[in-house]
Order: sequence, then C-alpha cells, then structure tokens
Amino acid sequence: MKSLSEIETTVKRASKAAGYSWGVSEETGKSIRLLELFSLPGIKHLNEYFNQKNKSKFENLNLISENNFSSNSPYCPITLGVSFLDQINVLENLKKIEFKNVAYPIIFISFISRSSEIIGKKIMVKIDEKKMLLNLNVNIILNFIDQEFPKIANTIEVNLLENEDNFTDDEWNNLYKLSEETFVEESDSLKEGAAGAGLTDND
Amino acid sequence: MKIELRDPNKIMKLSRLGSFHQSKLSFLRSFLNEFKEWEYKRDLFNLNENGFGEAVYSFKKNKRVYSLVCFANEIKDEERSDRVIATKWDAAFTLHDGVPTKKDIERLKNEVPKQEVGRLSYKELTLSRANKSLRIYNHVVESLSKGQQPDLNLLSKVGYLYRTTAVYGSGKFGLADRFRIKNREEINGPFRLEMMLVYLVRQFTFDQVNHVAYYKNPKTAVKLDDNICKNLGIGNSTGLGMAPFIVNHPTLLNNWILSREKALKKIREIKDVESQDSDLFIDCVKKSLKNISSWNTDSEYQQKKISSLLKDVEKFLNFINKDFNFEIEYPFNKIYQWLEDNTCEECIEYIVSIMMEPYNNIVNPLVKEMSSDEEKYFNIPTHRKVEELRNIIEAKYPNILDINFEEKENNKNFWFISKNKEEPRLADRFEEHGSELEQPLAIARDIKKLYDKLLVSKNSLTIAEFLTSNSELRHVVRRAFIVEKFPYSEIQDNTIGKDLMPIDMLRLKLSFFGALKFDPRSDKWLRICMFQGAPLPNELKSYDEQWVYKTNI
Repeated sequence: MKSLSEIETTVKRASKAAGYSWGVSEETGKSIRLLELFSLPGIKHLNEYFNQKNKSKFENLNLISENNFSSNSPYCPITLGVSFLDQINVLENLKKIEFKNVAYPIIFISFISRSSEIIGKKIMVKIDEKKMLLNLNVNIILNFIDQEFPKIANTIEVNLLENEDNFTDDEWNNLYKLSEETFVEESDSLKEGAAGAGLTDND
Repeated sequence: MKIELRDPNKIMKLSRLGSFHQSKLSFLRSFLNEFKEWEYKRDLFNLNENGFGEAVYSFKKNKRVYSLVCFANEIKDEERSDRVIATKWDAAFTLHDGVPTKKDIERLKNEVPKQEVGRLSYKELTLSRANKSLRIYNHVVESLSKGQQPDLNLLSKVGYLYRTTAVYGSGKFGLADRFRIKNREEINGPFRLEMMLVYLVRQFTFDQVNHVAYYKNPKTAVKLDDNICKNLGIGNSTGLGMAPFIVNHPTLLNNWILSREKALKKIREIKDVESQDSDLFIDCVKKSLKNISSWNTDSEYQQKKISSLLKDVEKFLNFINKDFNFEIEYPFNKIYQWLEDNTCEECIEYIVSIMMEPYNNIVNPLVKEMSSDEEKYFNIPTHRKVEELRNIIEAKYPNILDINFEEKENNKNFWFISKNKEEPRLADRFEEHGSELEQPLAIARDIKKLYDKLLVSKNSLTIAEFLTSNSELRHVVRRAFIVEKFPYSEIQDNTIGKDLMPIDMLRLKLSFFGALKFDPRSDKWLRICMFQGAPLPNELKSYDEQWVYKTNI
C-alpha cells in the first residue's frame, strides 16, 4: 500500500512534469492526498486526466463567477480547483455557483472540500444527478458510493450552505432535558459555597 | 530585564546555522529522556557464528511496544559502500510498531535488506541500513576473541563500530504515515522514532561483536567492556538528501530554531544564577574540550573551524576564570555579549548550547514545542492584498532583496532530483544539463522575483487576483505568508550561489539530531557520530544527563 506521503510527493512531481507551476503542483499533491485518504479515486482520475491532457485541449478558468460555461473544451479541474480555493472568500457571497463542462470533476471536488474548511461552511455539490456533501474537509458524503465517478461533468452546481443545525428544536430539547438529569439541584448553602466566586461579584 | 529574541536575519544565515551544535534540545537527548522509564528487552538474537541472522530489540511501556528488527547480512568487501548508490549493506533495520509475528519477520526479511526498492507496511515506522567500520569492527572482534579489550586509541579515531547511511521515516517506501501515530505522547518530538532506531542499532552492534568474538574463540573470548561500549556511538554518512528537508519544512524549521532562541533568551534573562548552575555550566565547558580535541577530520575547512573553536573556547574559559563573576546580575547575558564581541560563530553557538545544561525547567517545556502541524499553515490567505505581501517581504527578507541574481555567481547552482536514485543533487547550471528541471529550492531568487512583480502590481489587488497571472510564484507567495508568522522558518541566504556550502544545511539539521564530530568528506557530504557517551539501554533509568561532555575515548 502506498503511504499518503508517497502519494503527495509523487503527485506534486507529476503535476510539475505535466506543466503546472511548483506552487500549483503543491496544491494538487495536497488535494489528491485528501481524496485518497477519503478512499476516493484521486490517483486514478488524475492519471487519466494527465493522459488526456496530452491529447486534448482543456480550458483554464482563472476568474470564477456565478455561472461559468466553457463552450469549446472542458475546464481543467486543477486550474479550476486552485481558482476556487483562492477566490473562496469572494465566492462565499454567491451561495450558488454553476459550472458547465468540467473534466474529471472528482479532482475539482478535492479543492472545494478544502475551501469548505477555509470558510467554515458545508458545501453541497451536484454533479449532474450525483450529489455529495463536503463537511469542512473532514469527510465527504456521497449518494453514489458504488458508481463510477464521471470523467466529464455537464453541470456542477455548488451550494454553499449556511451553518445550521442538522436536527429540530424538539429533538435537541428532548436530549437536553435528559442531560439535565446529571445535574444537582442546589440548596442555599450550595449556592453560597460551591461556585468558588464571591457573592459580591460586581465590586 | 527583557531580552529580545535574536534577529532571524542574523541567525538564519547559513554560516551561523552551519555552526550549530547539539544541545539539551537535540532529539537524541530528548528521546533518551522520554524513554528512560520504558522497559528495554532483547527479544530475539538468532545470529550464526559469523554474526549473520536476525535480532529483535524492544522498548515497552504499558501496552505500547516498539521493536527494532535487525537483519545482518553477509556481503563482499567490494559491495560495501556508504554512498546512496549502494544496493547491499552489512545490516538492515526497521522499527516495527508492536511485537512482530514470525510472519512479520519473514515478510520483513524479504523487504528490509532491499531498502529503497523494498516495500514496507503501515506497521513499520522507520527504516535504515548500516555498514561496518571495517578497521574498527575487525580489530574489536579480534581483540575480544583473544581475551583482550580493543585499542582505545584506534577506537577514538572512529568512535563507532557501524555507521548508518540513511534513516527513513514518515511514509517513505510504504512506512506508516506520520498522521497514523501523531497523537502518541511519547513521540511528540521530531524524529523520535528515528532516534530510537539508531539507539537500538548501537546496542545490536555491541551484541554482534561479542557474539562473533565468542564463536571465534569460545575459550578465551571476553565481552566488550561496558565503559567502552558507552563511549562508542553510531556513525552516520549523510549527503545532500538532508539539505532540502529544511527548506521543504519551514514551520518545523522555525519551531526547532525558535525553541533554541527562546531557551537562550530565558537564560539571558536570569537575574541571579545559582552557584550550582554556574558550576555545572563551567564544568560542561571544561569537559567538552575533550570533544573538540578528539574531533578528527581530514577536511581542511572543518580543521580550521575546529582550531578556531578550540582557541575561542580556551579564551572563553580564561575570561570566565580571570575576569568574570557569576554573582553579578544577568551573568549569562553578559557572557553572551562577550561571546558576540570576542569569539567566532562556531564558538558562540557552542557555548549557547552548553548554557542550556543547568536548565531543565527552561528546556524541557520547549522540547514539546519542536514539532509542527504543517498542514495548518499550508493554505495561502488569498483575501489579503499585494501591499501587505510586499511589506512582509521587505520586513522579513531584507538581505535577500539585496542579492543581484543577474550576476552569474549568485545564480550558479541548481538543485535537482537524480533520476537514478531519486535523491536531491546540486550542480552548476552553466556547465551541466538539467537546470530546466530545477527543484523549488532557490527560495531567495524566487522571493526576489516575487518582490519585483509585486513592485509593479497594484497595491489593492488581492493575492487571489495576483496569482491568476503569476502562478509560477505561488510557492514563494505561500512561504512569505508563513515567514510572517514563523520568523525562523526561512534560511536568509542564497542556496544557489557560488559560495554555498551545502554541508552548512546538513550540519544545522544534524545538530538538532544531536550529532557530534562533524567530519566533512567534501562540501556535499559528511560523517558524524551519534550517541557517543550515551547510557546503555540497561542504564537508562538513572543516567548522567551531561554524558555528552564526558566521553572517555
């Protein structure tokens, strides 16, 4: 089994050899390492992408807007990913961003996952009919675990989610009530002596 | 009195970094301190009469076990080489996480002796190999087999029976990634498992010579005297492979140097020094003279450094004996100022290391600050502005900006990775091919390029906007934001100039390992000695902490 350290180093060097700058290659190394850590096919897709890159043209998108459409050739997932990562603080205000025609979207996803950590928000991504939830770069949840990742995404919809609870108020209140059963009702003497601070704390 | 931390722009120059010496902060010393309460055991010693076979040594505490698995192999004399191009070694080692099963040992027997072309698993933590010092090993075996102890003069010329030629860790060749074990408290210090491997290998070398001597002549053989064992270490041959490490791990480098700087600052701020502490300090300086005078090297460069070190340490002792009174306020600050005014860089850093000896209360908490969570600082803060980045560079790289990289001599070398051995190398860009595949280790030159670009960019541009058209500078943009937070993260020197001494970079790292007796064999590789004078495993529970200054051979 390859270690993550080997994966990161080799991806960094391969990306440089594929024509990216050292700085972008470092980003790619981190991103593919992340995918492999999450058991997603990073190496496989990067390998295929680099093979395709020699034969076909890919579009570099440096400045991301709300709707991004590449009519001629698919977007390069690495340049797109680095741009997304770099511009995430601005993109955060858009809530929903759309990309049409992206090559090897799983590679792009790794950069979005890292962006989720930077802004401290979960991100929901739809690649055509497939959905994934990126949880602050801690994990990625998919609704298609037993299916192949697409090599081309016709449409990628990125939704930046607001920080909200994942449960109802009722569910929380019930649980909280149960937790209160570990508390001790304070008598007057406990109120006076158990807290540590003085009773005149506004002097 | 408040003392400022020393200026990174002075301390991070290569000549200064190449003058660093081991100290209490060094990893081999902090390793011994951490593992002194662990149970040491030789679990397996299955060598034939010529000393070839397998052995296992372990450290155990509660349910945690680390096992060194050793394979001693027969090789021909002409196959023995310290160079990285070697493919066979006298012995090969791995540190296994837990107790290895028979199946594990069989698996490792096939892989460990192959080193770089073998495959390890997540159950292995470090990997190494070593060659005998033939002139010493054969002499020791011969002497012991005849019932005699070896010639101490000869031993003192080398200082070890074996030298390692590489020690690998952190995910190389399939070894466990650091993240798998990073929460273990006992290894919360850089290179702790590498130090454990080397330390246990040292014990294996003693056991092997005793074993071979015994089978050579069972009737007369004696064991190598414990006191002699203690005064032997493990050698190491180190080449350029180590140099890029300190460039590629900026926050880690910062934490090593910052710990040293904090220790010095706190010691200089001690108003009244207890007499027992000053006595210990002076005693260590005096005893350390033997380390300097027994420091052998054929390197003219190092001989000159040793000679000026010896002269300056003697001058310092003279000053302490005749002109100095430890009863004054802030005596260590006065000493430091005197050193800066009167001695060479090598001596300043030598005495700074020894100043730490009396102060466990200062040093031990700093040992815990010497690791780094590098991932945390990887992302570039792209929302910040060009003006801020330019200000950072002006403040943090003032001397770098003065270098003219248009001049050939400042741009003479390039770092590359050898296709044959996948190891870093350095070459003259005007005489050799391959500079188009240069590694990103010319930080000074690239920072200067970045600065020149920033000068003609709009102040109000965000870094994200700047990077859209300057992708080739991304790696140094990242570094500049790191140095803003970590002042000692960057070598403040030109790593591609004609005057570069790469061994300065190696020495810096090796001093933090705790190496002694740097012996440059060229400007690109050197030999060192580790654990010479260190307690033996069965002495760990109670040992003299200043062992490093008390070697007898």
